Amino acid sequence: MNMSLKNTLKMAIKSILSNKMRTFLTMLGIIIGVFSVIVMVSMGQGATASVTQSIEGMGSNLLNITLTDRTIRFSNDNLSELSMLEGVHMLSPNINWVAPVKYGLNNEAGTSVVGVNENYMVINGYTMMTGRLINPLDIENRNKVVLLGSEVSESLFGQFNPIGESISLSGIKYTVVGVLEENENTLFGDNNNMVLVPYTTGMRQFRTNSIASITIQGTDAASIDKTQSKIETYLMTLYGTDTYRIFNQEQLLSTLNEITGVLTLLLGGIAGISLLVGGIGIMNIMLVTVSERTREIGVRKAIGARRSNILFQFLIESSVISGIGGIIGIMLGILVNRIISTAFEIPISASMQVILIAFLFSLFIGVFFGMYPANKASKLKPVDALRYE
Amino acid sequence: MILLDKVTKTYIMGEIELTVLKGISIDVREGDFFSIIGPSGSGKSTLMNILGCLDVPTSGEYYLDGQEISTYSENDLAKIRNEKIGFIFQKFNLLPKLDAFENVELPLIYRGIKSKRRKEETEIALDSVGLYDRMHHKPNELSGGQQQRVAIARALVGNPSVLLADEPTGNLDTKSGNEVLDILESLNRKGRTIIVITHDFEVADRSKTEITLRDGIIVNRKVK
Ligand SMILES: Nc1ncnc2c1ncn2[C@@H]1O[C@H](COP(=O)(O)OP(=O)(O)O)[C@@H](O)[C@H]1O
Ligand SMILES: [Mg+2]
Repeated sequence: MNMSLKNTLKMAIKSILSNKMRTFLTMLGIIIGVFSVIVMVSMGQGATASVTQSIEGMGSNLLNITLTDRTIRFSNDNLSELSMLEGVHMLSPNINWVAPVKYGLNNEAGTSVVGVNENYMVINGYTMMTGRLINPLDIENRNKVVLLGSEVSESLFGQFNPIGESISLSGIKYTVVGVLEENENTLFGDNNNMVLVPYTTGMRQFRTNSIASITIQGTDAASIDKTQSKIETYLMTLYGTDTYRIFNQEQLLSTLNEITGVLTLLLGGIAGISLLVGGIGIMNIMLVTVSERTREIGVRKAIGARRSNILFQFLIESSVISGIGGIIGIMLGILVNRIISTAFEIPISASMQVILIAFLFSLFIGVFFGMYPANKASKLKPVDALRYE
Repeated sequence: MILLDKVTKTYIMGEIELTVLKGISIDVREGDFFSIIGPSGSGKSTLMNILGCLDVPTSGEYYLDGQEISTYSENDLAKIRNEKIGFIFQKFNLLPKLDAFENVELPLIYRGIKSKRRKEETEIALDSVGLYDRMHHKPNELSGGQQQRVAIARALVGNPSVLLADEPTGNLDTKSGNEVLDILESLNRKGRTIIVITHDFEVADRSKTEITLRDGIIVNRKVK
């Protein structure tokens, strides 16, 4: 029967505590390493989650078609033919302008104006706070009516009810018929800082004579790829290849996830390097410790310590340093995650998995970099160690 | 119990070979008080390290309790150092960060003794050298004589069959040196085998067997 783990641990902690400053500085390398792994990976995962969420928020059964060849444009026939295709539920033109918006003295320069039809709100899942939607009659009659995004409404009207008021878009008067509920912002811009007008009205006012971009809602997410290829066939036979670009949210999602995944790995990797540097710091200090304590090792062997006792004593010392450093690093990381989350309003947090991996990795670093010095210590011959001054 | 047969020890330092022990044969019986004297550099410590299983002979045989030492593994030797041998050094060799109690307890920890029994035996050992009340003093809070008595307690705590002391009084003043010797003598009277290296002829006179070493050779043997 040889000495117990409990006693080895006690011994290690005692010697660690006997040189607090040195232990702390050594630990700092690990603390910083683990801390940055936690924060970096959390930020990477947070970014991934928020990108995913904002894309999924737009609905995964949406397709965006933009004609890239400037010589061709969608005709009204195209629109109705596209909407008849199997798998297409509904579609809306999606024409973007930028214009100053005014109400009395209040002025919002550079507001995004989107020309849409009656389906647009439904396709994008927007809801009304008050008022009515744009309807087919508005489209047909080119009515000068406008729906306000929540931010535009707020800055032009404040707490007042804008319904029925008249605002000017690039100098032309429009009647406000509705206000949108506040929306989650997506990757593609500020959904609250925009106004919607009937596309026919917008096209006339801004002298746009053709439609280059439409949004299509498929019947369901599962068949969206099939629907996309139907649309592609239709466009290809009409206009030829390389004349359009179809923007599929599923594809976008997986591409972006890949990018953010690589980014997370990269960030974690860089942080991991600092953890490695911390490990080298441990090795360095353990080597110093071993040579300082050569005589102690000799004494311990002389009174009956085995090679394995000495090995474990030093290994446990380095692992306790790295393990405690790891725990402190994790706690700091979690704290900073909280601070970043509240300060920048992005939800980042370390998953249990990341915490566990970071902790195990820091322990591993302690064992790995402690191995060489500990082995060196354990191999000392008792006489030689005792002769050491 | 201890039998050395033509033991030699040669140190190799690069090109130079230095033969420090040139065929030592001794027989230490149970209950002996065995002293080794000789001038500095004559190989006394080298011999003692071999006896204490801290080092191995270059040639020759060392029988400890009938078993030849070269047949033992490294772990066996550690076990022997832990259980059969108590080593007392000239420079005390206490661990400076541990207090007297913890220093004395150490051999029992390596033996895997449970803490309750460790505490009892450590206290008995400290009491036997008259340091029960200094149990929680660090070595630097103790005088040289007290430190050496702690070292004796540490050597004794595991109840070894033989105590080896390499110039135990070399770093002490006469008074505390005598105290240490008194302890060793009284231990021997109670039956403990003791081997002591000394410069001091007075010490040698108090022993039962005495050998004189010169240049790695035993030049004189006295059994009283
Ligand atoms: N590890 C070693 N390597 C080389 N030479 C040594 C070693 N240990 C002792 N010696 C030499 O062996 C001789 C005897 O040393 P030692 O046994 O310590 O003598 P003593 O204890 O009688 O003074 C000395 O000349 C010493 O320098
Ligand atoms: Mg000597």
